Amino acid sequence: MVGQMRTSQAKLGLLVAAVVLVQFFTSITGTEYYLTQLTMAAYYGLVVIGLCALMGYAGQISIGHAGFFAIGGYISALLTTYDLTPFAASPVVGLLKQAGLLFTWENLYGESLLTCAPWTAGLAAITVAALVALVLGVPVLKLRGHYLAMATLGFGTIIYRMVLALPAFGEADGISQVPGFVLLPAGLLSPGAIMITGESNLRIFNYYVAWTVLLLGLLLLLNLMTRSRSGRALRALHGSEEAAEACGVDTSRAKLQVFVLSAVYAALAGVLLTHFNEGIGPEEATVMKSVRYVALVAVGGMTSLWGALIMGVGLSFLSLRGVFGSYDDAVFGLILLAVMLFAPGGLLQLSNRIPWRRLWPATRHRQS
Amino acid sequence: MLELHKVHKHFGGLQAVDNVSFTVATGCIKGVIGPNGAGKSTLFNLIACNTPLSSGSIRLNGREIQGLKAYQTAALGIARTFQNIKLFSGMKVLECVMVGAHTRGRAGFLAGMLPLPKHRREEAAIRDKSMACLEFLNIADLAHSPTDALAFGQQRAVELARALAADPQLLLLDEPAAGLNIYETAELGRLITTIREQNITVLLVEHDMSLVMDICDEIVVLSSGRKLAEDSPTNIQRNPEVIAAYLGEDHEPAR
Ligand SMILES: Nc1ncnc2c1ncn2[C@@H]1O[C@H](COP(=O)(O)OP(=O)(O)O)[C@@H](O)[C@H]1O
Ligand SMILES: [Mg+2]
Repeated sequence: MVGQMRTSQAKLGLLVAAVVLVQFFTSITGTEYYLTQLTMAAYYGLVVIGLCALMGYAGQISIGHAGFFAIGGYISALLTTYDLTPFAASPVVGLLKQAGLLFTWENLYGESLLTCAPWTAGLAAITVAALVALVLGVPVLKLRGHYLAMATLGFGTIIYRMVLALPAFGEADGISQVPGFVLLPAGLLSPGAIMITGESNLRIFNYYVAWTVLLLGLLLLLNLMTRSRSGRALRALHGSEEAAEACGVDTSRAKLQVFVLSAVYAALAGVLLTHFNEGIGPEEATVMKSVRYVALVAVGGMTSLWGALIMGVGLSFLSLRGVFGSYDDAVFGLILLAVMLFAPGGLLQLSNRIPWRRLWPATRHRQS
Repeated sequence: MLELHKVHKHFGGLQAVDNVSFTVATGCIKGVIGPNGAGKSTLFNLIACNTPLSSGSIRLNGREIQGLKAYQTAALGIARTFQNIKLFSGMKVLECVMVGAHTRGRAGFLAGMLPLPKHRREEAAIRDKSMACLEFLNIADLAHSPTDALAFGQQRAVELARALAADPQLLLLDEPAAGLNIYETAELGRLITTIREQNITVLLVEHDMSLVMDICDEIVVLSSGRKLAEDSPTNIQRNPEVIAAYLGEDHEPAR
């Protein structure tokens, strides 16, 4: 297991190097616009690794994770665009302002708005997503297999219809003009504010922010799944719930915990991507998005956080670049179908079967 | 340490366990025998709280355990193996055994994401304990093999190691010799007696009569869910009712 730790450290080093190299390369060749899609893809990758922990490791499926992403994105967008200026005189707003939970900013038209600060809004959004996951998870995680899949599908559909129907969420238009997520206010380190935003002068910075969040998220999950008592319990209940219970694992609680965790990952991605994109629309809440996340976990190899990350980011990037054209959703459906039929162990596993791998038979043993 | 009082369990109209009472004294090996379908596995599921009682009571060290969840009885010191082996597919042998030591750890979910020194120490202790269990069963060399790649006898050994890793007070073994050859069975018999010497009480369901007669201090005979007899091995072998119950079966009392 020490060996396992080293392999994962080596992989992490390689990935960090690749992330830095890509940035250098795009800067040198003047193709920095790629970084925008790589930033977005990294946030989608965060959803995918969270779902991988739930599906691949704990064995619980969810076809509703776009719902959690949307809860995160929409609530943060709503709270940071809802102008409180008319209520500025009210004691509640005054109190919130004094507590530093609000902030004043100027939108594109030069209007001054008083809204929730992104930190407040983001935390509130993630808390709501976690609570929804908790309340949904208690009854739903008693179900297995198809039934769990259908119940989470139902949840995803409800969220989708809600964001489409509620005027507060902008109906078919979604919410736009969402402010950047200020990390450091203006004048502290640089003349302008340092924030998560789509502005091109902060493109490289945002690329690194997204990848830092993603890699930290990965590290936490790797710790949990490969070196901790709770993660072991999750993988055990995937193998046999009855035997895990007999070993003292409270399986209902463990499933609920990982469900909430994966919802928090999705919601965090929703919050950050919404501020990066300066808006969110109902397409982020569709069932097809949920199916896409499932497909990405599957193609990454189900029980591989690394596979989920690589495939999640890679295919999301291609999709964002428009490589799949108008067949975008169909491609992910096809991927899901093909993985189930030909490579249930995921695409990366497939490479083990390719003959050239036999030239280095030792590599497979060393991983164990 | 374990008291069963008028335990009933029915599945629909079928009385799987019918008015069974007996006690298991601390530090003894008690056998439960009976033809297939007699209700032995069901009895184990009741003691481990895998299935709820229809009526009656089960006490562990004087404490009623009816209504507890299976994971709670594990925390009280009941460990078990399954008749149809249930290992954790996708895990290494050592990890699988470490799950057995789950109740020995405290580290929670969030702690698992941030490996703090305290939890690393706890992990190390769990690993050492699990490794010791593998060594005790002479399968330490399998520690890093996937559980899915094991021979049948090895799977049984891993299940036993997993149960022992919990440091149980009471060990429930459901047909541990099924599928083992005579050498492996003899080895298992020696192991079970050693386990008892470590102050672990053993309740053993087994079809292998020579094993049961050799190592058990007392035997309960079940037939169609009812208790037919409860006695020492020698008396059980002479009991005409027991012999009659077994005549319709392939099994004959040994010797
Ligand atoms: N979950 C269940 N549902 C319905 N019937 C069951 C269930 N478990 C066991 N039985 C029935 O209870 C009886 C006792 O089974 P079991 O305890 O497995 O016997 P043994 O282990 O002694 O062979 C059998 O007739 C079996 O079919
Ligand atoms: Mg049985």
